[in-house]
Amino acid sequence: MRITIRAGRVIDPANGVDRVQDLHIAEGRIFALGAAPDGFSADQIISAEARIVCPGLVDLCARLREPGAEHKATIASETAAAASAGITSLCCPPDTHPAIDTPAVAELIHQRAEHAGQARVYTLGALTKGLAGTHLSEMISLKEAGCVGLSNGLQPISNTQVMRRAMEYAATHGLTVFLHAEDAWLRNRGCAHEGAVSTRLGLPGIPESAETAAVARDLILIEQTGVRAHFAHLSSARAAQMVGRAQHDGLPVSADVSAHHLHLTEMDVSDFNSDCHVIPPLRTMRDRDGLRKGLAAGVISAVCSDHQPHDADAKLSPFMTTAPGISALETLLPLTLHLVNEGVLSLSEALARLTHLPAQILGIDAGSLAVGKIADICIFDPDHYWTFDKTHMQSRGKNSPFTGWEFKGRVTHTLLGGRLVYALQPCSR
Amino acid sequence: MKQTNLQLDQHGRLHHFLTVEGLPRALLIEILDTAESFAGVAEQTVKKVPLLRGKTIVNLFFETSTRTRTTFELAAKRLSADVLNINISASSTSKGETLLDMLHNLEAMHCDMFVVRHADSGAAHFIARHAAPHISVINAGDGSHAHPTQALLDMFTIRRLKNEFGALRVAIVGDILHSRVARSQIHALTTLGVDEVRVIAPKTLLPAQIETLGVHVYHDLRSGLRDVDVIMMLRLQRERMQGAMLPSEQEYFHLYGLTEATLAYAKPDVIVLHPGPINRGVEIDSLVADGPRSVILQQVTHGIAIRMAIMSMTLRGHASSQQPVSASRAELSPLNPVLSEPGSVLAKPKKGQR
Repeated sequence: MRITIRAGRVIDPANGVDRVQDLHIAEGRIFALGAAPDGFSADQIISAEARIVCPGLVDLCARLREPGAEHKATIASETAAAASAGITSLCCPPDTHPAIDTPAVAELIHQRAEHAGQARVYTLGALTKGLAGTHLSEMISLKEAGCVGLSNGLQPISNTQVMRRAMEYAATHGLTVFLHAEDAWLRNRGCAHEGAVSTRLGLPGIPESAETAAVARDLILIEQTGVRAHFAHLSSARAAQMVGRAQHDGLPVSADVSAHHLHLTEMDVSDFNSDCHVIPPLRTMRDRDGLRKGLAAGVISAVCSDHQPHDADAKLSPFMTTAPGISALETLLPLTLHLVNEGVLSLSEALARLTHLPAQILGIDAGSLAVGKIADICIFDPDHYWTFDKTHMQSRGKNSPFTGWEFKGRVTHTLLGGRLVYALQPCSR
Repeated sequence: MKQTNLQLDQHGRLHHFLTVEGLPRALLIEILDTAESFAGVAEQTVKKVPLLRGKTIVNLFFETSTRTRTTFELAAKRLSADVLNINISASSTSKGETLLDMLHNLEAMHCDMFVVRHADSGAAHFIARHAAPHISVINAGDGSHAHPTQALLDMFTIRRLKNEFGALRVAIVGDILHSRVARSQIHALTTLGVDEVRVIAPKTLLPAQIETLGVHVYHDLRSGLRDVDVIMMLRLQRERMQGAMLPSEQEYFHLYGLTEATLAYAKPDVIVLHPGPINRGVEIDSLVADGPRSVILQQVTHGIAIRMAIMSMTLRGHASSQQPVSASRAELSPLNPVLSEPGSVLAKPKKGQR
């Protein structure tokens, strides 16, 4: 199958490309840019006039709920939702049931994802057995089974010695450790940012120090062990500053932020809106602005969805007993483009944080439109205004707080390895 | 945008009573005035009025309570409503039934009002949001969020004894962090326009940024009590000793216990309130609890009048608003004898009061 994507504005931040031109695909790879090479005839032409053609998005953190919680979502349902959102590669954290602490679970996920064929699914292996934070997992077996890094999911490792050993072992073998920075004791039973809103609502608070104390501890252990580490979904301005300082000092650390932490704050919780119940919690306006600043400065180099689809019942109870998380694949690009409209990032910077920079963190060959690369491509209409409605989501999880938000920019086509996996139906415009 | 106030109907009348926060001052005054008219009912030989005859009120208590549940039950019975008490800690949620399933089952039995107490903050809001539109929800305490009927009975007590709110200096002492009573009291006092609200507690028992609610923070009992007109004590729950909140009851009493000696820092005509049950010798000395400045038992009495007022106002609110639409259906229903009655009976004492 040979495809020509005609006359789109090709933005490929990895290669510094931003130009209106044709893009030609053959045998699943980028064949040429600009004029068609001699003898190239396309079987299919996709008109991309007034559209943007960029590498397929790379999402650092998306829960697919399979295995273990198929009543919430499945690999097939969520990778289809990813395709509709322009995401071609995503990384699944190890907190499935059972956890990804054996090669069998990793292989199962990879096989089912391949079978579904809607997006490339990468996995993080468990850092400790059963994510219990006591025994190291068989990291090398997990790596051999295809895990691109290690993480303990949302389970903090409270035992500092275990954390140190896990980092040392990972460092020995050149593995990246993905960290959810949370001090379990300071978190306690908290479910919302500790501040004016949690005080008003009487919700148990999660202080900023639950994150910063953990970041501080982990940074010291990273320095000591020399492990390559990545802080997932930072939520506070101070944590971003601390990571920035560590980077300045030459530590091998990176960080990402979820798209919702760049837009929502504790105020969005103020009527007990359980769709805004997330971990780490939505913090203050100052934190939101600090995270944006960190993102613009490159301290935080990726925006992820932190996708957590839930069944309706999971959000139908008093706030503190609802399951945390947002079904977020389909708002990843619109919310990031929103930052462009608000002047936080340039378009190219925004796309970099959704494509080659997260690919770099995962150490995968993705996020580039250079000739010869796999043709994972997202095409979107940057001027398409639309109103988000969670009832129209592709994901099985409809738990999004963004209903009613006006977005500018919508995915029209997604190609995975040169194969069209999503095309926006004209009627849904 | 979002619903402006879940508690009010489109005419600004009370439909649910979930929190004091966001309610207009005039409405709080109306509740106090209405309660004043009910306070007389208890002193008559026949302690009943027929305002809510034919209505069914369900006390849904997910947390144990004696005083609050009893006063709600008495209030409902004095309004001639039928009352159903359900203690749920022992009931169906332990069998895996969800809160919503249980609500829908009760709705199917044609109840008119849920009085809800729940250990989770926001539970009453959740129930109000998901209950059928004809059902009123009254919050009888949700987690650490709100206990609005308690706060209003405190306001009622204060108004009876101090007449006006404007010049008052009020101190709230104790475990503010976990207290739904304190939060509701603060909203009520600031809405009613007292001169100053103080909270007095060690840092471990104060929630973050409490001053954003419009209070002054004191860590020292004596300076906090200086020249106050009203002292509102909070119950110190014994569990707090385990969570590294406090070293011991003895040390707490030494620093924050209300004794005759510390009471002397307040104004001579100070009144002392406590939502009960009291821990003698932990937050308050018996001499003070039983002494002349204590109005603790009056609070309990006033609790019935306040709850009668709130129940009748919420149920009246939508009885009259639904009347034009559903009059024909109401006439057909033997369960709904006289819909116009509640509003008319209630109107009288209210006018007499003013």
